[in-house]
Amino acid sequence: MSLARTLAQARVDLLRVAELVAPTSRVLDVGCGDGELLRLLAEERSVDGRGIELSQQGVNDCVAKGLSVIQGDADADLVDYPDDAFDYVILSQTLQATRQPRVVLEHMLRIGRRAIVSVPNFGHWRIRAQVAFLGRMPVTKSLSHSWYDTPNIHFCTIADFVALAREVGATIDKSVALDLAGRPLNRMFSPWAWNLMGDQAIFLLHRKR
Amino acid sequence: MDSGVALAPLTIAYQTYGALNAAKSNALLICHALSGDQHVANPHPVTGRPGWWETMVGAGRPFDTNRFFVICSNVIGGCMGSTGPASVNPDRGQPYGLDFPIVTIADMVRAQALLIDHLGIDTLLCVAGGSMGGMQVLQWAATYPDRVFAALPIATAARHSSQNIAFHEVGRQAIMADPDWRGGRYLVEGTRPAKGLGVARMAAHITYLSESALHRKFGRNLQDRAARTFSFDADFQVESYLRHQGAIFVERFDPNSYLYMTRAMDYFDLAADYGGSLASAFKGSRTRFCVVSFTSDWLFPTTDSRAIVRALNAGGASVSFVEIETDRGHDAFLLDVPEFIDTTQGFIDAAARARGVD
Repeated sequence: MSLARTLAQARVDLLRVAELVAPTSRVLDVGCGDGELLRLLAEERSVDGRGIELSQQGVNDCVAKGLSVIQGDADADLVDYPDDAFDYVILSQTLQATRQPRVVLEHMLRIGRRAIVSVPNFGHWRIRAQVAFLGRMPVTKSLSHSWYDTPNIHFCTIADFVALAREVGATIDKSVALDLAGRPLNRMFSPWAWNLMGDQAIFLLHRKR
Repeated sequence: MDSGVALAPLTIAYQTYGALNAAKSNALLICHALSGDQHVANPHPVTGRPGWWETMVGAGRPFDTNRFFVICSNVIGGCMGSTGPASVNPDRGQPYGLDFPIVTIADMVRAQALLIDHLGIDTLLCVAGGSMGGMQVLQWAATYPDRVFAALPIATAARHSSQNIAFHEVGRQAIMADPDWRGGRYLVEGTRPAKGLGVARMAAHITYLSESALHRKFGRNLQDRAARTFSFDADFQVESYLRHQGAIFVERFDPNSYLYMTRAMDYFDLAADYGGSLASAFKGSRTRFCVVSFTSDWLFPTTDSRAIVRALNAGGASVSFVEIETDRGHDAFLLDVPEFIDTTQGFIDAAARARGVD
């Protein structure tokens, strides 16, 4: 899924995600783009990685890097994967662009022993301010589309995602919120503060079998 | 052979391009389709036309003959030099005709493996092919997983669909209905069921294209005339084109071979050999796969390729899948489709890197 992200943000995001992955594990990266994260994981952590990517160019880029990537998307293709096929299933900045985020998350928790999800936070104070004071749908650096052409059809806040995780019976093992520069927010902050200050958040979750 | 019959003697006609390296690690095997042959990248000895995959095979192409040793053999049952129904039956001293045993995709692949043994090659860097060639690729990967480093099945299926069997039956009946077919003994009796084979080819050719490609190419345009002739002449360009396709095919293809090739495809159902589970056919495979389909291919639609991908995933195999956007139908795999060529190039180069081939 081609979400407009600046390169710098993407790198920070990917590095933070990569830190959560144990070496030599099996990973499925859903919406893997040009395969940067999968390559990073293969080189730095000797990970056996697979990907799913919607754009044909993205798949071609991945194939040329020697990565195993299937053209498809989270909504349509996760259903085909067997249970517990991977140690981690990663969905980076894509959940809000799926048709059925809850179903997608449940498939991730089924296919992978753990899921790693990063989501843009619609609860960030700048976004709240745009709605509250300008009365317009927010457009920010990390969510740069207008309401009429955005691929992001299911926005959530950090608090919303935490609630969804609880609803599907998942346990959040680790979480980190990043500010606009991609720096982790202080862990001592309250969840309320994360939801206000975080530009995005990354979660490591699992569901008991 | 799968039918239980032993076939001897066996001749396999093949072409090679490029040079085998000292480690014998740079060999690529191309499997041809129903109407193809081993002349991938050289002028055809009968028609003089360019090789059928020159977009892919040659210096600087994805199957780079400067770097790789490219092999393509005529399948058994074929008619370009490998043993087939037009070959002489040693028991009778005359062409086999319908006494030739039914050939399966697995038989073709076993024969190719004998050739690869003969060439002293243990593991192929890549086995690639489209349509019936893609079936052979899947069979190779299932039968000889350790001899296939990378597999590139294109516009194909793990089993031939009911609709495709139906089309093939139309073709076979056209050949058999030709009075010159003579129960398959036309070579002995000095006739040739050219009309029947031509019709079979015309019908099949339609299935290789797409509605939009036909429309773009011909529309309702008339052929060399200003108005309809109110006859059964080839008024329309598309009619003239199909007749031409039929006529040139008849020059180079043996009608009985056409029966055997179509039958081999009809019988192909890889899962059936593995207890009905396609995933079992690839279980534990260390081969890296790249499955390719084309959006407008209605003969081997993307759903067929996705079924292969699902099975490979379920079997834990390493698989990539690309669906190429094109309106050129099944035949797109033979044409100059840049995105497809890029995919192939990327896949083969990555496989070569992974195997340490320069």
